[in-house]
Amino acid sequence: MSAPTDLTATQQIAAVRAGEMTSAELVDAHLARCEDDRWNSYLALNADAARARAREIDAMADKPPLAGVPIAVKDALVTRDLVTTSGSRMLEGFRPLYTATCVARLEEAGAIVVGKTNMDEFAMGSSTENSAYGPTLNPWDTGRVPGGSSGGSASAVAARQAPWSLGSDTGGSIRQPAALCGIVGMKPTYGAVSRYGLIAFASSLDQVGPFARTVADAALLLSYIEGRDPMDSTCVGLREPVCVPTATDLSGVRIGVVEELMGEGTDDGVRAAVREALDRAEHLGATLVPVELPNSRHGLSTYYILAPAECSANLARFDGIRYGHSSADTDNLTEHYERTRAEGFGAEVKRRIMLGTFALASGYYDAYYGQAQRVRTRIAEDFDRAFESVDLIASPTSPSVAFPLASRTDDPMHMYLSDTCTIPISLAGLPSVSIPCGLDAGMPVGLQLSGPAFSENRLFDAAHALEAAIGFDTAPPALEAAA
Amino acid sequence: MPRVIDADVVRHVARLSRLALTDDEVETMRAELSGILDHVDQIQSLDLAGVAPTTHVIHLENVLRTDEPRPSLSPEEALREAPRVAAGGFSVGRMG
Repeated sequence: MSAPTDLTATQQIAAVRAGEMTSAELVDAHLARCEDDRWNSYLALNADAARARAREIDAMADKPPLAGVPIAVKDALVTRDLVTTSGSRMLEGFRPLYTATCVARLEEAGAIVVGKTNMDEFAMGSSTENSAYGPTLNPWDTGRVPGGSSGGSASAVAARQAPWSLGSDTGGSIRQPAALCGIVGMKPTYGAVSRYGLIAFASSLDQVGPFARTVADAALLLSYIEGRDPMDSTCVGLREPVCVPTATDLSGVRIGVVEELMGEGTDDGVRAAVREALDRAEHLGATLVPVELPNSRHGLSTYYILAPAECSANLARFDGIRYGHSSADTDNLTEHYERTRAEGFGAEVKRRIMLGTFALASGYYDAYYGQAQRVRTRIAEDFDRAFESVDLIASPTSPSVAFPLASRTDDPMHMYLSDTCTIPISLAGLPSVSIPCGLDAGMPVGLQLSGPAFSENRLFDAAHALEAAIGFDTAPPALEAAA
Repeated sequence: MPRVIDADVVRHVARLSRLALTDDEVETMRAELSGILDHVDQIQSLDLAGVAPTTHVIHLENVLRTDEPRPSLSPEEALREAPRVAAGGFSVGRMG
């Protein structure tokens, strides 16, 4: 039998239910890998509480649906009494007073949180190098980044430190690290999952979603976290229950191919792997249709006005008065705010707060924020038009594979370009999944499939059929060599 | 519209953002913000007359719930993470 950590979450649940394995064994096996954390995937482990909960579940005759299977949670989600930092010095040692709705739902269903995963500070970044606690390393090559901002959640699943995990995606922060770590990552329709307890970055874009090593596991995880929540009035839930996908072909499915994202700016090896995956889709019965999203080329500019503008307001709450870091230097209130925030925030967070404050400032508001909101409308209209003639849209998830550590940290604009393919979909609020579709120079390439709002089931079915045809091995060779 | 990011603009925005910056940081921020704005300025030239701004991507009706009393945090819990506490409240420095 395979090592317990090689099993998918679905297999682990089945093994516990069949009496072949206990939750305690699963939790111990994963915690052992978490404790030997050579990728810096985790910021905090929940070892004692996780082991205690596993024993409780093992003693139950009638097991909860998720049967005591481990899960890793991005440190942007608050967990009662378990230190939550959002990757920032600002929240060093912070112990939340409540648990995020999505995490509470999973715990209620019998999942066990083994730890909190590393991330770019306040989810701002594309490489996890903006974490105040050191970068996460890519399990495929520890000289490279895992992507970001949910890099720890992606590396934990790729390195078998958890079978699945939660991340959050604002402009690509689930899909891009999933692509760079060779696993599945899914951003649901905006409003599908409650944001209560998600430390806010850009509220009109932030959405919690699953990472897993199979599409079926990702769908199963989403089925437990989606749904209305009285604590988040923007959360509408999905319109139909999430079904675990079973499709084996793509007959009748029309897939739009975004040619703008298959040309200049996309690495040749990425393009080749995506083309090959699209050929497989055709063999499975799909029809490929070129689609144009003419306004998507303005996505990056639009995003880097709207997201910083929202972040500058959201991060105003970090004032050093009620919780978090507090400067000891002064008793003058304004100076206290200014020094607390200067000491607590890292460079990228300061940059975005400044950019957002500028975009919202008197005299600039209409030219920047107002204009960006109008471009956002145009971008969403392009997708509406495209979905009149296609069911799904395909593109690379990231224009390149995982890049070497420190190769983009000196050039913010170059780092931002990592999210060219994911941002337009975020601006339109659409569901989107990245699945591994091949290798470029030994590093995983992600295929991004996106659908109309609330088309999660169709998206999962197509991704599942394609996943089987691609047959990607999610085990990083570097992991085997190190074992 | 004319846009010049000089040190005074950076200091003004830093003040609005409640961020203390050193002189070196002001210069770095000036250069970086200018670089980013050079890129995002591409949307300035688009003719978007008559296009409605997106305020929310998913159509939402007002969401209401029954207003029922529920348990809440105790004062002790609410103050648990506070850096400074005085007289059962958050301690705040003098206004200035």
